[in-house]
Amino acid sequence: MSLAQVLFYLMAFIATASAVFVAGTKNLVRSIFMFFITLFALAGLYVLALADFVAITQIVIYVGGILVLILFAFMLSGKETLNAIGELRSKFISINKLPALLLAGLFLAVLLNMIFKLDADNLGWVKKAQVTHNMILPNSSMTENIGINLMTKYLLPFEAISVLLMVALVGAAHLSRKGRSA
Amino acid sequence: MISLTDFLVVSAVLFCVGLYMIVSKHNAIQVLIGIELMLNGAILNLVAFSKYDRINNGGQMFALFAIVLAAATTAVALAIILNVYKQYKTIDPGSIDKLGD
Repeated sequence: MSLAQVLFYLMAFIATASAVFVAGTKNLVRSIFMFFITLFALAGLYVLALADFVAITQIVIYVGGILVLILFAFMLSGKETLNAIGELRSKFISINKLPALLLAGLFLAVLLNMIFKLDADNLGWVKKAQVTHNMILPNSSMTENIGINLMTKYLLPFEAISVLLMVALVGAAHLSRKGRSA
Repeated sequence: MISLTDFLVVSAVLFCVGLYMIVSKHNAIQVLIGIELMLNGAILNLVAFSKYDRINNGGQMFALFAIVLAAATTAVALAIILNVYKQYKTIDPGSIDKLGD
């Protein structure tokens, strides 16, 4: 087993275990901070999938932006109501959670069945990419290629998403104004 | 070399944990975290398959787009959650059952 594989299994364990903890814990603050760990472990998995630029973007946007936003929303919504919700939930624990657990578990069974039947490493186009050397190697740097592709082949989605981001930010600022005159 | 199946299994587990959170949680912020987990599972698939597309970078590019989209969604959703809290004094999605006037 190579070092990359050991690191992969470590990162995968951290990501899945902290995700399960996020889902299972009663304490909202603790679940938000464990979500932080999940996102970092996922960035590590992106590095192991040889996508270093996506990993850096993940850390900058998810950890730096989204998580701070979620923390802000948590701090701004009241503490008493959150506690009341927690008490209510722990009383009816088994009744509430059984259907959700069943749904998630069955969906996981379906997905795993499909993944093992798919056998992704022997797909036609993956084999073809291996033969024609159209695959990323650990020593190839992809950031330059991503920049060129972003400005040529993917220019229309890039512009569309920048307009959408602008609209979303203006909309969020409008929604969270103090005065409700509109 | 890490096989693609390993990545797919990890992302399937993350997706199902997110699904469980969306269905079972009584707090809009935790539902939002569940949505983020599902998005991250999907992004992990995109990134894993993008290893076999060196020239076009389709997977990595759409992973970047998905991350930006997630940021936009979160900003709007949190603004909506704060407004809902101001109006109803609760953020339990199950107890918000009146239309605002």
